[in-house]
Amino acid sequence: MKQCLVVDDSSVIRKVARRILEDMNFEITEAEDGQQALDACRKSMPDAILLDWNMPVMDGLEFLTSLRAEDGGENPIVVFCTTENDVAHIARAIRAGANEYIMKPFDREIVEAKFQEVGLI
Amino acid sequence: MTPSEFDFLKNFLKTRSGLVLSNDKQYLVESRLLPIARSSKLETLSAVIQALQKGGNRTLETEVIEAMTTNESFFFRDKTPFDHFKDTMLPALLASRSTRKQLKIWCAAASTGQEPYSLGICLKEDAAKMGGWRTRILGTDLSQEVLEKAKTGLYSQFEVQRGLPIQMLLKYFEQKGDMWQINAGMRAMVEWKKLNLLDSFSHLGEFDIVFCRNVLIYFDQATKTEILGRLAKALPEDGFLVLGAAETVVGLTDAFKPVPGKRGLFQRKPQADTKTAPASALGGRVAVGASSIR
Repeated sequence: MKQCLVVDDSSVIRKVARRILEDMNFEITEAEDGQQALDACRKSMPDAILLDWNMPVMDGLEFLTSLRAEDGGENPIVVFCTTENDVAHIARAIRAGANEYIMKPFDREIVEAKFQEVGLI
Repeated sequence: MTPSEFDFLKNFLKTRSGLVLSNDKQYLVESRLLPIARSSKLETLSAVIQALQKGGNRTLETEVIEAMTTNESFFFRDKTPFDHFKDTMLPALLASRSTRKQLKIWCAAASTGQEPYSLGICLKEDAAKMGGWRTRILGTDLSQEVLEKAKTGLYSQFEVQRGLPIQMLLKYFEQKGDMWQINAGMRAMVEWKKLNLLDSFSHLGEFDIVFCRNVLIYFDQATKTEILGRLAKALPEDGFLVLGAAETVVGLTDAFKPVPGKRGLFQRKPQADTKTAPASALGGRVAVGASSIR
């Protein structure tokens, strides 16, 4: 079973994402901010990361930059999932090493389409 | 809606659009036609059907047909047909048409435009191989309303996230407020025409590839066969036909053969195939004749 780390400071979003991803046969771990996510990755690299941008302590972009510099940090497939929906933000995320990008609000179909796009399902 | 009203609607849609409505589609009728009942101030489905029975309300008739036949569409829907396009159809046609350097593609159920634009994106991505080529994509649909949307190339944030890789969004779209618009260069690649597949389309000329996905499912066997026969005439001997993943020509027509291992992809049976048979039979007869002389 593939592991997916869901990183979002909103428990509601984490719950919605968990439900969708569990139906897609992923095993879910959760983190509330970038620092928690980085700690989780240092323990065990997930196959996929669904990543919010704006979070307290460490934001998504900072986390992604740190992750990609970690040993084995190039492996997880990172899908941003954020309300930031302008070209500049999307381009920055891609440059920092994001594999895909979901603009909130999202639904099951979008998550499935994006995960399929990057070969996770 | 009474059974006789449903029967009337079934008959109306069959004759006007070819759509075959099975008896289990009452919910679909309700969900698609109730908004029309409200917007046309007729309030109930029964009133809409009565107005159709009375006749003479062209606007309402068109609205009902369009609401019942419109499909939701995604960019790169089902993925596989676009892989077939890049890996099978394009290489074959680039080789066989290398002198003429012309390619004509027809999306026969273009809906809101995602399919033709997805093909346009594939062509642009392969631009290096296509220097000096003239490509034309035609998108047709039964519904004027969806074609108007297709023409603007404007899509909601939801629509651009279904099937379209983020890199393609950045590369080929511009943000317009809450919407995303496919760029002018891509819009110029596609032409749009209103067309009912039940009507003649011989005036459109010949195409190298026809995408006709998830349309035939609405028609009965005889109509499917008739449309496939006319599609065969719109394709040259090595032309390709793309149907939906669950659709086939088997049992409907001899004009196409499945491309082995490529689901949903069909090729015109070259005339040579049918010519070879009588030629070899003739050869056989000559041999028999020769031996009998001896």
